[in-house]
Amino acid sequence: MYSVSCRRLCKTFQQGELAVHALADVDLDIDAGGFVCLFGPSGSGKTTLLNMIGGLDTPSSGEITVAGQRIDQMKRAELARLRLKHLGFVFQSYNLIPVLSARENVEFVAQMQGMGAQQRKHKALTILAEVGLQGLEDRRPAELSGGQQQRVAVARAIVSGPELVLADEPTANLDSATAEILMKLFVQLNQQHQTTFVLSTHDNLIMNYARRLIKLRDGRIVEDIDQT
Amino acid sequence: MQTPFLMLSTIAWRNLWRNYRRTLIMLLAISVGVWAMIWMTALMRGMVDQMIKGSINNLLGHIQIHAPAYRDDPSIVNSIEPPGPELTDSLNRPLIKAWTSRIRVPAVISSERESRGVTLVGIDPAAEAALSFLSESITQGSNLASADAPGVVIGRKLAERLETRLGKRIVLVSQDSDNTVVDRGFRITGIFEAELQTTELAYAFVGRDRAQEFLNMADQVSEISLISDDYRNLTHLLENIQATAPDLEVISWDQVDPYTGSMLAVMDGFILVWIIVVFLALSFGLINTLAMAVFERKRELGLLQALGMQPGYILLQVLIESVILLLLGLLAGNLLAWLSIVPIQDGIDLSAIGEGLELAGMSSILYPVVEFSDIARANLVVIVLGILASLLPALRAARHVPVDAITRP
Repeated sequence: MYSVSCRRLCKTFQQGELAVHALADVDLDIDAGGFVCLFGPSGSGKTTLLNMIGGLDTPSSGEITVAGQRIDQMKRAELARLRLKHLGFVFQSYNLIPVLSARENVEFVAQMQGMGAQQRKHKALTILAEVGLQGLEDRRPAELSGGQQQRVAVARAIVSGPELVLADEPTANLDSATAEILMKLFVQLNQQHQTTFVLSTHDNLIMNYARRLIKLRDGRIVEDIDQT
Repeated sequence: MQTPFLMLSTIAWRNLWRNYRRTLIMLLAISVGVWAMIWMTALMRGMVDQMIKGSINNLLGHIQIHAPAYRDDPSIVNSIEPPGPELTDSLNRPLIKAWTSRIRVPAVISSERESRGVTLVGIDPAAEAALSFLSESITQGSNLASADAPGVVIGRKLAERLETRLGKRIVLVSQDSDNTVVDRGFRITGIFEAELQTTELAYAFVGRDRAQEFLNMADQVSEISLISDDYRNLTHLLENIQATAPDLEVISWDQVDPYTGSMLAVMDGFILVWIIVVFLALSFGLINTLAMAVFERKRELGLLQALGMQPGYILLQVLIESVILLLLGLLAGNLLAWLSIVPIQDGIDLSAIGEGLELAGMSSILYPVVEFSDIARANLVVIVLGILASLLPALRAARHVPVDAITRP
C-alpha cells in the first residue's frame, strides 16, 4: 500500500500577470515505511510538493492520496483532521508555540487527539528524553537553542505516532552534530515504527540517510534514485 | 477529538501577556469605559429618581383614587365618598405603606395686601406625614395638629408674595358643594419650605375636617392617595384596588403626571444609548488590539492549523483571548464604579447651580442610584458586543491558509 500517491499533480502561482508553475505533472508513489528525500535547487518545487502532501496547500490540478484518502478535494476542516490523525510536521524554522513550554508543545498534538492528561504527559516526557532534552521540559522556546527547539519540534511531530512525517529542511539551522543526532532519530523511528518519512533538503548528510532520493527541477521529477 | 478548551485558554491567557503594555492599555480602556457606564448611569438614574420621588412626595403619591371626572374637573363637584369597608381593607394591606384621603380644590388666598390662586388641600396631618413632604418641611411655627386643627400652613414663598407672616390671618375663598362662593379666615400657624419654590407657592394646607365643614362637603373627599414599596411595580396593586372600587378611577402616578412618568422611560432609553455609545468608543480599541494580536501571530496561527487544529478552534482561541480581556476589564470597571459611588452615597451638593436644577424639577443634592439592572445591562452590553466585535479578527485568524502563514514571510 502506498502511503502517498500523486497523479499529474500541478501547482501554479499567479504573480501579477506571470504564472509560476511550481509543480508540473508530478507522478509519485511512496511506499508505507519509506524514507524519501526530495532534493534539488531552490525553486525546484520541493517545499510546494511537501505542502501538497501535507494538505497545507491545494493543488491547481491533479490528485493526491495520503493514508488512503484523496486529499485534493477535502475541505479545510477535513484536512486539519487528517493532519492531526496521520501526519507529523517538522518545519525548517521550528515553529513552536512560543507561550508553551517544551513539554506543552509536545503535548499539544496529543491533547487535540484526545489523549488523557497523565498519558500524554508521560509520553511527552519520554519522547523529550529520547531526543535528548531531559531536564529542559519546562523551558519555553525562547529559552532553548536552535537545535533544542528543532528537537522539540521533532518530538511534537512523532508523539502521536503518525503514519507519515513531513520535514522541510529540518537540519538547515542546525550544526552538523545535532543534524546527525536528528537523522539517526528519524531512521530509528522509521525502522522501529514503520513511519514514512519524506524530507526536503539541500544537505548531502541528510541524503545519505535516505533510502530513496527524488530530484526535482522546475517543478518536475527529473531523477528517482533507489539507494537501498 | 476533544475540545482542548483548557489548552486554548492557557494559550489565550499567556498570549495576552506577550505584549503586556498593549494588554494593560486595553484593560484600562475597558475598565474606564465600564466605570463611566455605571457611574454616569447611577447619577442619571439618581437624577430621575429624585425628580420622580420629589413629585411623588409633592402630593402625587404612588396611586390616586378619584371620581372618574376628577382629573378633567378637579372641583368639589367631583368629590367621592370616604372609602367603604372593602376599599379600606384593600388600602390597609401590607403592600401599602401608607394612605390618606384629602380635600383638594382650587381656591384664592388673600392677605391684607395681596391675593393669589392656590390649591386648598385639606389633610389629616397624622396620615399625611408618611406620604408627603409637609411634616418635615415646617420651618416656622408648627404643622397642623389634627384633621380638625384650626389654622393654615402655607409656603415661605407664598407668605412673601402675600406680604404676610406667621401668626397673621389670611382669607381662603372657594366654591362649596352647593356652588356657593364661600370664604373663611385662617390664622397662619405654620410656614413650610419645599425643595421647589413652585411648591411653596402652590398649596395652602388646612385640616381635612375643617375643609369639609368650610366647603359643606359632609365627609366627602377629593382623592385618596397611597404609597407602596416601589413606584415602579404598581400594576398588581392597581388591579387589586380597582377591583374593590369599580366605580372610581384608580390610577398610578405616571398616569396622573405623564411628564414625570415619561422621565423613567426616557432615562431607560438614554442610559442604553449612553452605554452603547461608550462601548462603541472602546470597541475600536478592542478590535484594533485583537487585529494586531492576530496579525503578529499569523505564522503561529497557521502552525496551529498545520498541526491539525480545526479552524473553528482557532476562532475559539482568539475569542477566548477577547473574553478574558473583557472579563478582566469588567471586573476592574465594576470595582472602580463601586469605589467611586460609595463615597457619594450621601449625595453630591450641586447648589452652585441650584436655581437651574429647580427649573428642571430637581433638588440641589444629587444622590446616585445604583440598580442591578443597570449594572447587568452595562456588563452584558460589554461582553456580548465585545464578543461580536472580536468576531472579525477571530474569523480572519481562522481563515489563514496554513501554507501562507507558515512558509511565506
